[in-house]
Amino acid sequence: MKKTEEDYMQDLREIRSIIERSTKFLSLSGISGVLAGLYALAGVYFVAGVFEGKQLLTYRSASAAEMWNLLLTAILVLVLAMSTAVIFSVKKGRKRGEKIWNAAAKAMLINMAVPLVVGGFAALILLTKGLLLFLPPVTLIFYGLALYNAGNYTFNDVKYFGVAQLVLGLLALYFTAYSLWIWALGFGILHIIYGIYVNYKYER
Amino acid sequence: MKISINGLHKAFESRIRLGIMSALAVNNALDFSSLKEYLEVTDGNLASHLKALEKEDFIVVTKAFIDRKPNTKYTMTKQGRQAFEEHLTALENLIKSQK
Repeated sequence: MKKTEEDYMQDLREIRSIIERSTKFLSLSGISGVLAGLYALAGVYFVAGVFEGKQLLTYRSASAAEMWNLLLTAILVLVLAMSTAVIFSVKKGRKRGEKIWNAAAKAMLINMAVPLVVGGFAALILLTKGLLLFLPPVTLIFYGLALYNAGNYTFNDVKYFGVAQLVLGLLALYFTAYSLWIWALGFGILHIIYGIYVNYKYER
Repeated sequence: MKISINGLHKAFESRIRLGIMSALAVNNALDFSSLKEYLEVTDGNLASHLKALEKEDFIVVTKAFIDRKPNTKYTMTKQGRQAFEEHLTALENLIKSQK
């Protein structure tokens, strides 16, 4: 049987599709990005309330109560955002007929975990030393690095999303007076924009 | 090695074998179930194509046990990579020449 040009084209399409399927985790859901952004904004709103307009992020040691409030809010936002991401990814994966826990997903998580775990410890150290001022820039920067890495294993756009967080992180480090608001911009607004973008581009 | 006139490898005439090689070209090693997932084929079908590629020395099989369950991993050999790349070049040339 002689193969035609159309067969060769089909061969190439098949190669491309398998390479993508076997190296990229494409079940990330845009909606979970939007929700993560909303959780982050709610968290910022709560934290700003706890500190009641006091200069939240200045060079001063925070009280134990303030630190616990901050820590628990951060953990709650993180757990909510991560579980939402997992739930929506599982749903999307099922719809696409893709196994969620595949090689690409593992590679993506491992590559994200290194900057995220280091960033988490750095944030805890800053918190125990009362250097609340540096929490927004440090978390933005490590999260940006994690996203930049993750971009190799999922939609390439995640890379640019990471770069945006990195830029905001550096800005927050410089303009310390605004660092909480810059954090809200990065973890809140950017997540929402990114989520809508992914939903629009890949889920319609 | 069996190569037809236009530079295409006989071993890659089957799209499943081509798929196996594509997945292994971009992953260090893959186990049977991952390959099955990417290619959407039955166990028997995949196994026979893997055997054929192994015979050509395009892939190697390593068997290990994880939690006492057998885990078979497949890796592309140097010859395999070379053959696959030649095949891709041949495909490109064919499409270009027919344009």
